[in-house]
Amino acid sequence: MATAQQGILDLLSPVPPGWGGVLLSGAASTLAISAGAFLIGLVLGTGGALGKLSGIRPLGLILEVYTTAIRAVPELILIVGLYYAGMDGLNRLLALAGLPAFELNGFAVAIAVLGFVQGAYMTEVLRGAILAIPIGQIEAAKAFGMGPRLRFRRVVLPALLPNALPGLANLWMSIMKDSALVAVVGYQELALATRLAAASTKHYFLFFMASALIYLALTLVSNALFTLMERRVRRGQPKPAGHLAP
Amino acid sequence: MSFSWIDSYWPLLLTGAWQTVALLVISVGFGFLLAIGIAFAQVSGGPVTRLLARGYCTFFRGTPLLIQLWLLYYGVGSLLPLIPGLRQSLFWPILREGFFFAAVSFTLNYAAYEAEVLRGALLAVPKGELEAGRAFGMSPLRLVRRIWLPRAIRIALPTIAGEVVMQLKATPLAFTVTVMDLYAVATKVRQDTLLVYEPLLVVTLFYLVITAFIAGLFRLVERQVPMRR
Repeated sequence: MATAQQGILDLLSPVPPGWGGVLLSGAASTLAISAGAFLIGLVLGTGGALGKLSGIRPLGLILEVYTTAIRAVPELILIVGLYYAGMDGLNRLLALAGLPAFELNGFAVAIAVLGFVQGAYMTEVLRGAILAIPIGQIEAAKAFGMGPRLRFRRVVLPALLPNALPGLANLWMSIMKDSALVAVVGYQELALATRLAAASTKHYFLFFMASALIYLALTLVSNALFTLMERRVRRGQPKPAGHLAP
Repeated sequence: MSFSWIDSYWPLLLTGAWQTVALLVISVGFGFLLAIGIAFAQVSGGPVTRLLARGYCTFFRGTPLLIQLWLLYYGVGSLLPLIPGLRQSLFWPILREGFFFAAVSFTLNYAAYEAEVLRGALLAVPKGELEAGRAFGMSPLRLVRRIWLPRAIRIALPTIAGEVVMQLKATPLAFTVTVMDLYAVATKVRQDTLLVYEPLLVVTLFYLVITAFIAGLFRLVERQVPMRR
């Protein structure tokens, strides 16, 4: 029994007879997709939040449609729909410009689509975080004669980070897990790599368990990092009252 | 845009909607019961049960639902026939269906998220109310039944509504294990007619209607038990 067990675990070794290398490179692309989508989401979300708070009616309306529609529709449908629509739209644009159609690589499309979805959630998180800044602080910055950009960098950003970080941490965890959905449109990240390895060795349980543990490890490490980051941005803030402390 | 395919596909769409709703109701119903147990295990269990409950929540909240579903369907599913006698048993027709595995994995996943919500709500019930119950001589079980749990559920209601909608949005994953739910119908229409966006749009509409229904239902329930702030 012990030797049989050894034989099964050999399948996970990182060198070619084992599938560990495939899983690890899958995990690397999962991380890359998540990080890319998170960054795009952060940019879209910052723009969206500032746009929503700018008080410009048509802009606010468009952003409201964006955040509501994206958050109401199942992620899988969005990803599949946007995946094809994105490729299709780009090729039509290229055709209009008289350029030959080209096959976009799945990696870029996956990042763009997940980032676009992530942006809607980020908008709401960041909007809430900005609204939670005491208005007096922003007024004080204005009274000091700071321009909008300096004000954002020196006052708004440091003040919104403690409010936004828990929400951003949640979004990072969910993007890492949602990136598994890209497997459905056929891009090889961790979930699809696992399925491949499992299907060719017939050891389904072993491989899915292994990849679940990889995801879990990624989540736990991120969780620890976000806790550290939150402690850093909260430095100098008063501790919450005793009965609320964990 | 062409929607003429709806004429021949509407019975399939309705079955798909039925499967989606069935998955949702099963996973939310059983998941909620499981969540109550896990939440109490975390709040008032001994060190071992507490550790187990925490581990359960961490595992199911830390891994993608897709992986959990495939782990169950492909992994456990491939081990099930090894149990002697199971293949000949009464339950085999259910046990070999993708629907069964989807329902079980959605239930386990929903329970983990819901347990965290309930844990917070159980801790948020004012201590004085529990002490008042104890002062009336209520046994622990009666205290839970009459005060602790109902109050916690009332506190958690808005969050629960959100969780149920999230669960609805997770159900399309079932199509990867051969369940003919709404999303799978859209995929089938795409394969048959080569239309990509129209079936997705129609199915999206279905999801929006179900979401609106859930939101309305919870608004109704919340209005039944007004909360004083």
